Amino acid sequence: MALSAAEVLSGLAEIVNDETGIATDAVQLDKSFTDDLDIDSISMMTIVVNAEDKFDVKIPDDEVKNLLTVGDAVNYITKAQG
Amino acid sequence: MVHKVVVTGIGATTPLGGDSKSTWKALLAGESGVTTLSQDWVAKYELPVTFAGQAKVSAKEMLTPQEAKRLDPSSQFALVSAREAWLDAGSPEVAPERLAVEYATGIGGIWTLLDAYDTLKERGPRRVLPMTVPMLMANGPAAAIGMELHARAGVRTAVSACASGTEAIANAFNRIRNGEVDIVVAGGAEAAIHPLPIAAFAAMHALSKRNDDPAGASRPYDTGRDGFVMGEGAGTLILESEEHAKARGAKIYAEVVGAAVTSDAHHITAPDPEGTAAARAMLGALEQASSSIDDVAHINAHATSTPVGDIAEYQALKRVFGEKLSGIAVSATKASTGHLLGGAGAIEAIFTVLALHEKTAPPTINLENQDPEIKLDVVVSPRKLEGSHILAITNSFGFGGHNAVVAFRSVE
Repeated sequence: MALSAAEVLSGLAEIVNDETGIATDAVQLDKSFTDDLDIDSISMMTIVVNAEDKFDVKIPDDEVKNLLTVGDAVNYITKAQG
Repeated sequence: MVHKVVVTGIGATTPLGGDSKSTWKALLAGESGVTTLSQDWVAKYELPVTFAGQAKVSAKEMLTPQEAKRLDPSSQFALVSAREAWLDAGSPEVAPERLAVEYATGIGGIWTLLDAYDTLKERGPRRVLPMTVPMLMANGPAAAIGMELHARAGVRTAVSACASGTEAIANAFNRIRNGEVDIVVAGGAEAAIHPLPIAAFAAMHALSKRNDDPAGASRPYDTGRDGFVMGEGAGTLILESEEHAKARGAKIYAEVVGAAVTSDAHHITAPDPEGTAAARAMLGALEQASSSIDDVAHINAHATSTPVGDIAEYQALKRVFGEKLSGIAVSATKASTGHLLGGAGAIEAIFTVLALHEKTAPPTINLENQDPEIKLDVVVSPRKLEGSHILAITNSFGFGGHNAVVAFRSVE
């Protein structure tokens, strides 16, 4: 059963928090992973792989560079679900 | 111009305690940090050795989850002990260009390496953590410390097996002595209590198999010794030029007065039974200290509790000190800590420094029947070291034929 965008955001925020220590409520749709959340490329790759596991989706490496904001990632994951 | 070098901070996390104070207290109390391993892999692989000197306090408990996630256990130990040492030194103000790190490991990030290989086999390349390489590299502990303290005068890693920690301190000493830097964060770390190194060391019959008596297994100089005991943890010393330390009113534990590194070129694992190169390392350290064998009051021996190693070191000691050896208080602290491999030299340097600072040589536990071939004055209960400006040396030797010795002098 596909999760709603709000549920994906909440799950993604937990992954970001686990990897970086950033508070879950700071992970908001309009935030840029690099500019606002200061997440480096190594953490980003770990977040992507953990998101694939958590949401049972594939996020190809070529796609990761397009996921600039949390909202981009939430949209991609929401659509990619079954 | 040659600069005097002093020790202004210490930090340790060992099988005896989570910091240097609790470690030293437990050592003086004659405790053992060696215990039976409760991990499920011991039975799973039917390991022939079922005990080790595990860190008393998990390094993870001292770090944030994010720090722990990005550091191999060896770097975790290193960072925890370096933070303690830096704080102990009074968090000195120093120009980053005058601050260096010399931090050793014997094996490097073996947990990271082998976990990553398991992940590759079981889950494929995409699941291999992107931090795998920086976590497994041998310079990981040095790099973690250098990053934290903004050291910009060079961050280096001596890798010479069980001599690594002492060699790092020797390198640190020379950099300050030569005037290149004001402060060096020096030491060593190891986190290799993993089934593979245990199996491998056991395969070469290097480990004690006293499974029914872990606390009694590391017994240097005893007739019943049957191999070393793996240990884990880290030790860090803040080495500083005397003028820099005095200018900021720092507490001084002891002076570092000499260091030397030599190599056997004899056999990849067996020590040279004549101890020629090991002796040359001790004499080299004393020469640099402008001291003679008469000045040495205390030795922290390498003494791993292997049948051949303890004898070989004794031969080297005899070669250097001759009849004077009987007047020297020898401590073999691996009896309590086990053998921390690349971290061993660092924690033993700390023990040597504290022995001079508190004028007390620490005990060697488990010595019930001293090997009649080893005629050393082994300290079995804490012993007062008499006199002023006394000298002590710490020895470390490693597979590959590495010999490293550092000499310290008490500061009154």
